[in-house]
Amino acid sequence: MSFYPLVKKYMDAALDEQFSAVSEDDVRRALAKTSLDANDYMALISPTAVPFLEEMAQKASRLTAQNFGHTIHLFTPLYLSSFCSNHCVYCGFNAKNKIPRSRLTMEELEVEAKAISATGLKHLLILTGEAPAKAGVDYLVECMTVLQKHFPSVSIEVFAMDEDEYARLVDVGVDGLTLFQETYDETLYAKLHPKGPKKDFRYRIDAPERGCKAGMRVVNIGALLGLGDWRKDALLTGLHLKYLTDLYPEVDIAVSLPRMRPHAGEFQPSTIVEDRDMVQIMLAQRLFLPRLGITVSTRESAEFRENILPLGVTKMSAGVTTAVGGHTQHNDQVGQFEICDDRSVEEMSTALRKCGYQPVFKDWEPIFDMETTGV
Amino acid sequence: MNEDLFEIGGLKLTSRLFTGTGKYGCDSVIPDVCEASGSEVITVALRRVDLQSDTGNVMDFIPKNMQLLPNTSGARTADEAVRIAHLARAMGCGDWIKIEVISDNKYLLPDGYETAKATEILAKEGFVVLPYINADLYVAKDLVNAGAAAVMPLGAPIGTNRGLKTREMVRILIEEIELPIIVDAGIGRPSEACEAMEMGADACLVNTAIATASDPTMMARAFGRAVKAGREAYLSGPGATKKHADASSPLTGFLGGV
Repeated sequence: MSFYPLVKKYMDAALDEQFSAVSEDDVRRALAKTSLDANDYMALISPTAVPFLEEMAQKASRLTAQNFGHTIHLFTPLYLSSFCSNHCVYCGFNAKNKIPRSRLTMEELEVEAKAISATGLKHLLILTGEAPAKAGVDYLVECMTVLQKHFPSVSIEVFAMDEDEYARLVDVGVDGLTLFQETYDETLYAKLHPKGPKKDFRYRIDAPERGCKAGMRVVNIGALLGLGDWRKDALLTGLHLKYLTDLYPEVDIAVSLPRMRPHAGEFQPSTIVEDRDMVQIMLAQRLFLPRLGITVSTRESAEFRENILPLGVTKMSAGVTTAVGGHTQHNDQVGQFEICDDRSVEEMSTALRKCGYQPVFKDWEPIFDMETTGV
Repeated sequence: MNEDLFEIGGLKLTSRLFTGTGKYGCDSVIPDVCEASGSEVITVALRRVDLQSDTGNVMDFIPKNMQLLPNTSGARTADEAVRIAHLARAMGCGDWIKIEVISDNKYLLPDGYETAKATEILAKEGFVVLPYINADLYVAKDLVNAGAAAVMPLGAPIGTNRGLKTREMVRILIEEIELPIIVDAGIGRPSEACEAMEMGADACLVNTAIATASDPTMMARAFGRAVKAGREAYLSGPGATKKHADASSPLTGFLGGV
């Protein structure tokens, strides 16, 4: 199976005209339904739905509380390596950027892991650029021997892999995969990724499905909002989520909503995704997929993150640095992009509690090796 | 007057309302919820428990007098459920275990076959096994044979607050299964819990409806009272229902007491 033919079908269609053709009745009908189809989702993403945002928000808020309660799952990213062979024009790790590069040794990783674990966080997202010779699957497997001592749940946000490579990581305890398609517009994708292995659109778009097949418990996808037409990317992201949810019901399918942030390169987004736009996307996704995990990162401001808490968010990052070794080393490493909400885990937890939400630090137990550990 | 005790796994309980620990905005409300509801059994997802954490561990908020019912939330196979049960026991959570085996994240419906397999293994190991299932007679019979201590059919899909949608199937389980029937999942309002109890269910487990209420403590109290009211109604033997009113002037009165 592959989601690619569906992307082709939608992107080759006259999507602008289809969005324009959505009527207010279409939106009302979608809002009244308990189980939405692709046309309903499109209606909620369309410009016609903008005047219905409050109504959408009320329903989304009810659905979120019903399915997830008043809890927010906290995690933090850990950058393992900034080496990268890709030329993604919007990314600070672009191979062309003259920035200092590094990769954590196992000793440095242990120090970082201990520091993060001491903040109370138990869910970790590890990241690398795409440089298999410097930080490939073998390196990630080695890292897991260190990280498993400190974290019950480790997810990866690295380069796209083959199914057997994902399976190898699942075997050593990786339980989640985050992989952004960046944009679902294949023509634009080619321009944004001129060189490097990531250039292969089809290989990338099928990677989340390979992760599902390999046994990942959580598969998190998303588009980098601002690279292309956000309505089209949001539509295809939603359909991709639905495709994976339907085919792999045993996997927790989740989405992230990252907006473009300043970084070490010179690329500027073609469109600005306003707060209102991002809210519309989140609400439409919640109504389309009531049990969807939705992550909002520290790319967003503290104020905005608190305002959107009741609308659909289920996961947030905290205590974030996007530099390699950034949790403990004060070096000259350049982060992948600038963050906006720089609150510590403690500050974030306090803020969540003030808003009536419980920060959840641990939401998974790695049971796969329990028999071997004697439990 | 005889006390209406509910016995399960050798434990005598006065309350027939089981509560949960998930979805609260703050775990510190849990003691108040327990007290207000009168509940004596509380379920907790093992995947959420972090005994290594100095603060913020859900276990710190569970009153010590309550019977802990760890659940296998997150398990997608019998094997995973068994492993989680072993972990629960190793962590000092006791021998009670609620089996949840769910491999469908869309509807969160329990897998009866895997649930029965896990129940059989754990019951043989001495666990008090309370399996969460669809309201299905054949699965329930398998669970009786597998050594379950009770059967926990859903009223509606988990977390939906939609009420007792499986009413007829639950009624059949109450009639046919010797084990205690604890209606679990889907109950959204105290009146629905009351209805389940009036039908003859032995207990109800309610989490989402309490945890996501504007005032969880008040809602917990309401559920406690509703479950009690439903139980008393059941025990009191409700009068038969009739389609037509009794005639005040019987048509055969002229026969003189025939």
